[in-house]
Amino acid sequence: MSRTVYDLIGLAAGVAFILALKGLSHPKTARRGNLIGAFGAGLATLVVFFYSNENSSLPLNNLGWILGAIAIGLVIGVPAARKVQMTQMPQLVALFNGVGGGAAALVAIVEYLNLGDQATTAEVVFTVFTVIVGCVSFSGSIITFMKLQELMTTRPVIFPAGRFIIAATLISVLGVGGWVVTALGTTPLLILAGLSLLFGILFVLPVGGADVPIVISLLNAFTGLTVAASGYVLDSTLLIIAGTLVGASGTILTRLMAEAMGRSLFGTLFGAFTAKPQDVAAAGEERPVRSGSPDDVAILLNYARRVVIVPGFGLAVAQAQHTVRELADLMISKGIDVAYGIHPVAGRMPGHMNVLLAEANVPYDQLLEMDEVNPTFGQTDVAIVIGANDVVNPAAQTTPGCPIYGMPILEVNNAANIIFLKRSMRPGFAGIENELLYDPKTMLLFGDAKASLTKVVSALKAL
Amino acid sequence: MEPMAILSIFVLSVFVGFEVVSKVSSTLHTPLMSGANAIHGVILVGAIIVADHSKTNLELGLSVAAIILATINMVGGFVVTDRMLEMFKGNKK
Repeated sequence: MSRTVYDLIGLAAGVAFILALKGLSHPKTARRGNLIGAFGAGLATLVVFFYSNENSSLPLNNLGWILGAIAIGLVIGVPAARKVQMTQMPQLVALFNGVGGGAAALVAIVEYLNLGDQATTAEVVFTVFTVIVGCVSFSGSIITFMKLQELMTTRPVIFPAGRFIIAATLISVLGVGGWVVTALGTTPLLILAGLSLLFGILFVLPVGGADVPIVISLLNAFTGLTVAASGYVLDSTLLIIAGTLVGASGTILTRLMAEAMGRSLFGTLFGAFTAKPQDVAAAGEERPVRSGSPDDVAILLNYARRVVIVPGFGLAVAQAQHTVRELADLMISKGIDVAYGIHPVAGRMPGHMNVLLAEANVPYDQLLEMDEVNPTFGQTDVAIVIGANDVVNPAAQTTPGCPIYGMPILEVNNAANIIFLKRSMRPGFAGIENELLYDPKTMLLFGDAKASLTKVVSALKAL
Repeated sequence: MEPMAILSIFVLSVFVGFEVVSKVSSTLHTPLMSGANAIHGVILVGAIIVADHSKTNLELGLSVAAIILATINMVGGFVVTDRMLEMFKGNKK
């Protein structure tokens, strides 16, 4: 295959990626967009096997190793993507992003070893960039994965003098990067990789649970840029285009997400440098709460005219989507006006809850976004909060300085009655106490969301 | 390649990237992130290229690792995005 044909096919793949991102931005075309992207990526991968330049010949060297490695990747990646519970999907995306960053860093290291003394200064600079950012993306994504999977605390991890350690690590990373550019050598490059991995960990540790999706999106954009930089070193226009597209669109997406969550992007990014040790949630203090039985809840619902259901991650964990739909259908058959109030970050990520409810076939027109549902809470008789906490916490509006301050919330506090379905009094993902739980108009129904809802459904049927 | 040509490609791609996703409802943020994530899996192409010119066992070993990771990123990414979007389609009926 001639270089022209090869480049033309690469260009076609680049166009496919643009169409993919464009398609993914609209609900109607999203699925097709994703398939176009997959087609482009498949095409780009396929043609590599049929192109050789003046320095190489076909078939590719190490062909067996290459095909074997792809097979291993498929055996790991496809079942993981197919079988993952939808509730755990955000951390899988984080993990996929991390391995992509790791791959980019490895590619840069191999090419550096391969070029040896022949590398131009520009190539070395781009290699250094790819190794640093790829490693940060890799180790940072692993930490976000562990936070989302709750393998470690979801609260910000802040240690004494943390910001000085982080700043010192960053300075060493840049210093060693400079050393690689001037001195050239395998050892400095490996030290650089190690320090960058460490920096990625330190960078993500101080990020609180609520900000994790923003960090994933940012690391995703980072990985895009490393792919673009590898494209320069490997002389591949396609990688430059694809990587830059992801870097740019990922940056915009990160900003959009931060806006949807009312977070400052700057604050999230540099939280690592500014975070001071603070006592998060002075929990432990016993205060009276009003807890009710499923019958109490059913009676309250039976005489309501309008009910808003606020689903949270707890609903997804309990796999209660179907039961909640059953309850909603029952209320509708009794002439009660029912809607779902969906917070932009209900679940673990923007749009995550929509995916989960869609899985349970909840009618689309019952799902109200935050801006639509908030003005109606004043006319709402009962707000049922199922396994959600931070997204209805009034502290976001009333307590400056708390970690979620400024995040838009669902104003269930304006409803006449509030029912919380909770497993325990444990605070939410962001680790903050919720005053609403102690409000006199709040009733708590403790237990597994699915079991509780089932009891409410049968109690309501009996009325 | 000419440095100027590369710079042009880079700058134009940045603007296209900004443009295509500038207005997206929050419902689609997660699938869009996941789809973009899958796209940078094309680093697989780079991994195959370096595996082709690997001369030492170290280089080959690292390339093989890169290919495995990149394949997981690319294929897994597109499959999981499709699964998410499949559900959106279901609720339109």
